[in-house]
Amino acid sequence: MLSAMILLPLVGAAVVGLLGDAVRARWVALLTTLAVLGLALGLWAGFDTSTAAFQYVERAEPFGGLFSWHLGIDGIGLVLILLSAFLMPFAILAGWESVRERVPEYLAAFLVMEAFIIGVFAALDLILFYVFFEAGLIPMYLIIGVWGGKRRIYASYKFFLYTLLGSVLMLLAMIWMVREAGTTDIPALMAHDFPLSAQRWLWLGFFASFAVKMPMWPVHTWLPDAHVEAPTAGSMILAGVLLKMGGYGFLRFSLPMFPEASAEFVGLVFALSMVAVVYTSLVALAQEDMKKLIAYSSVAHMAFVTGGLFALNTQGLEGAMFVMVSHGLVSAALFFCVGVVYDRLHTREIARYGGLATNMPRYALFFLLFTLASIALPGTSGFVGEFLALMGIFSASSLAGVVMATGVILGAAYMLWLYARVAYGRIVHDDVRAMPDLKPREWAVMLPLAASVLWLGVNPGPVLAPVRAPVESLMARLVERGVVADASLSPARATGAG
Amino acid sequence: MIDVESSLATGAPEVVLAAGLLVLLLVGAFQGDRAADGISWGGVLLLVAAAVPLFDQEPARTLAWGGLYVADALSRYLKLLVFAGAAAALLVAMPALRRQAIARFEYPLLVLFATLGMALMVSAHDLLTLYLGLELMSLSCYVLAAFDRCDARSSEAGLKYFALGALASGVLLYGVSLVYGFVGATGFDAIAQAVRGEGRSLGVVAGLALVLAGLAFKISAVPFHMWTPDVYQGAPTPVTAFLATAAKVAAFGLLLRVVVGAFGALAADWRQIVVFLSLASMALGAVGAIGQTNAKRLMAYSAITHMGFALIGLAPGTAQGAQAVLLYLTVYLVMTFGAFLCLLSLVGPDGAAREELADLAGLARTRPGLAAALAIFMLSLAGLPPLFGFMPKLAVFAAAVEAGLWPLAVAGVLATVVAAFYYLRVVKLLYFDPPAGVGSAQVDEGVAPILMLAAASFSSPLGFLLLGPLSAAGQAVARALF
Repeated sequence: MLSAMILLPLVGAAVVGLLGDAVRARWVALLTTLAVLGLALGLWAGFDTSTAAFQYVERAEPFGGLFSWHLGIDGIGLVLILLSAFLMPFAILAGWESVRERVPEYLAAFLVMEAFIIGVFAALDLILFYVFFEAGLIPMYLIIGVWGGKRRIYASYKFFLYTLLGSVLMLLAMIWMVREAGTTDIPALMAHDFPLSAQRWLWLGFFASFAVKMPMWPVHTWLPDAHVEAPTAGSMILAGVLLKMGGYGFLRFSLPMFPEASAEFVGLVFALSMVAVVYTSLVALAQEDMKKLIAYSSVAHMAFVTGGLFALNTQGLEGAMFVMVSHGLVSAALFFCVGVVYDRLHTREIARYGGLATNMPRYALFFLLFTLASIALPGTSGFVGEFLALMGIFSASSLAGVVMATGVILGAAYMLWLYARVAYGRIVHDDVRAMPDLKPREWAVMLPLAASVLWLGVNPGPVLAPVRAPVESLMARLVERGVVADASLSPARATGAG
Repeated sequence: MIDVESSLATGAPEVVLAAGLLVLLLVGAFQGDRAADGISWGGVLLLVAAAVPLFDQEPARTLAWGGLYVADALSRYLKLLVFAGAAAALLVAMPALRRQAIARFEYPLLVLFATLGMALMVSAHDLLTLYLGLELMSLSCYVLAAFDRCDARSSEAGLKYFALGALASGVLLYGVSLVYGFVGATGFDAIAQAVRGEGRSLGVVAGLALVLAGLAFKISAVPFHMWTPDVYQGAPTPVTAFLATAAKVAAFGLLLRVVVGAFGALAADWRQIVVFLSLASMALGAVGAIGQTNAKRLMAYSAITHMGFALIGLAPGTAQGAQAVLLYLTVYLVMTFGAFLCLLSLVGPDGAAREELADLAGLARTRPGLAAALAIFMLSLAGLPPLFGFMPKLAVFAAAVEAGLWPLAVAGVLATVVAAFYYLRVVKLLYFDPPAGVGSAQVDEGVAPILMLAAASFSSPLGFLLLGPLSAAGQAVARALF
């Protein structure tokens, strides 16, 4: 099943690439992503949430025994695969009309990307994971570089080289691990006890890669550039899914494989997360470009993820997972909101808009919903994640908790101010007044995203239930290794948080 | 006492090649340039015929010609690679040479002579066989580089290659004489035995260093790389493709045999040299390529960088390292040849070959298939997953880490990032930039598109499926060497 989910988009990409006809290519691409979504829902339906063991495991040895085609998912992988498969059709729809040039290639790049993304979350072989993890760079490089804005070339290089530099250090760490443990099998490595002196170096190697990918301050500077220049759909996938690879990496590799080192570096991660929350929120306040503002807000939100992960307690971990899912939906939706008005006016400058609530009331409604979700209003998915993460962070370090809680306030400031400048006030420009409200295609993107944000806001179970068992097993490992005394706050209380 | 009969059987590939070559030479002498195509195809068949005995040789190591010549897993593996590279160079050359009006019958003959030299090199089991093979290859290559004799650049390339190559040969010979003087033998077995015991003296080490310098010239490792960009640019493109692939693989294979086979006991001595060559090649190759505007010069710096990477695998002097080197050479040969195939089919509206990087601009719109193939080769050369070029890089890094050579591994991954920049630049030209209007002419390319497709498939993620047989062959070689 997982292999099919990886191969199907690749087949779709080949068909799309060979079609050469824009209209048919769009439909084939959309149907492919919907088929993958169907498979993902099938995974979900048949998933056993009571165990932390990997499910849907497949294993083949086509690579001469050097590494294996070993796939499988636990709850964490399931949730992130669902998120990716869910966002992909909307990404295809987002570029339905605005992308007119070289459409088949554009769609093929997205489909290839989807295959690699699912591969990252499903790989249970270290080398296979690395291959998928890095492979995603190539289609994104092309998407930014070919269909991006004015400074697309600069942004595409920066994105690629930054991420590559982080990843090659991780590769060295991986090589050492394989040599030490004698296996490339991720489940086996998760149970392997590396000596502490080595753990520090290995942790730093992985950190270099995941910190860039997340991105964490101060290695976040590629993200605003990449977002601003990428086409709408590119930004949606970049913010919605690609950033989650960093969080997934911490959860899958750094914490279970190097528990002692993780505990040692908690201070570093907290410090960086605190700086990120406050600093990037302030930077977001000063932005005049809508996309750049949302990009900086992503960095701030990802800091909740890193903070929650390294709180090393159940709430923090579950909260981090939930923030990832919620941010995936909300940031993709926000980038789509920017895309909607950009398609009409071809500018992302905040000052050029104003008063959109007058002539685009339905658009303004959705935009407001996602804005509120982004600032974690109770009732939206944003609240559940940030609340849990903050609770975890607070119990780990009250200083970090206090500092990061200010991020919620700052987040409200920049997001509401953005909304006020775009949607409220009087319409000054005639071309703004002439902008039509949502089209059916845009409804088709907005509605499901809005529904899922609200649904997860009142019923976090679909995310928390599958994540519970793997998080518990991770906590058990941390306790067993003597890194934390116990899982601190009980899981039962965390459920009540929703 | 030399047993001629069994020696002939052991050396069957070279015997077949040499005999067939003489026949083709006669055909050329009587028929002239009219027979160029025929000789070229005859050469391909000859290479196939010479490869056949490789498959039914004894798997064990066999010495021939009184110990001057060895047939083992390493020689068989490298000969297959070299023959394949030479056959490919013959198959695609004629249309390109015809466009430049230099489709003469000497081309296939010189390629075959060079190939014979390479076959001898990789089967060398004596410093004298080594020198014989190396010079046969080198002299043929000098002439090939100057093949477009009416073109000033080509003549310059040939002359420069010859002058510097002769110097390198002199250095190598001096090293050989030193080794002979201090060890008293030129056979690899005798040398290996001598240096294992009391034989390690300053003179032997000095001789080894000079031999390494001579071989480093052939693989264009820094600081012996000066000739590479000029020769690559000046030589006709089919010749460059041959020099960049088969010649590099043969020279590197020879290097592997010399340091591991003959001087294995002096690993501590030669490792310093290899590490230095590797670091310098990666650094200079990666940085030097950034400013290039000519595609062939870019490929020259790419070759320098790649030789640096391959040397990472050589430095540990372990079986794992040797295996990594073989994988590296195999994949490098295919990727590089594929890239040159793409350059070969880059022809302007006036029918002349185009080789400036600017001519690649926007090729994705005018010739999407060619652009996709070139992009695959470039990304694969950059060693980016999921392309197959990633695998050999991983193998050499793993060998270095295994041996504790951390500085090499770290320098290697950093060089990968720097080098990724210029490979990405080609992709950027192909896909991001508006078409430059050149290089879009359709020309008769013969079998080139088929080879290009095969090479692109190999360099793509599909190549991973071949890892099984490749690593099995590599293991067999490593077993034979250690």
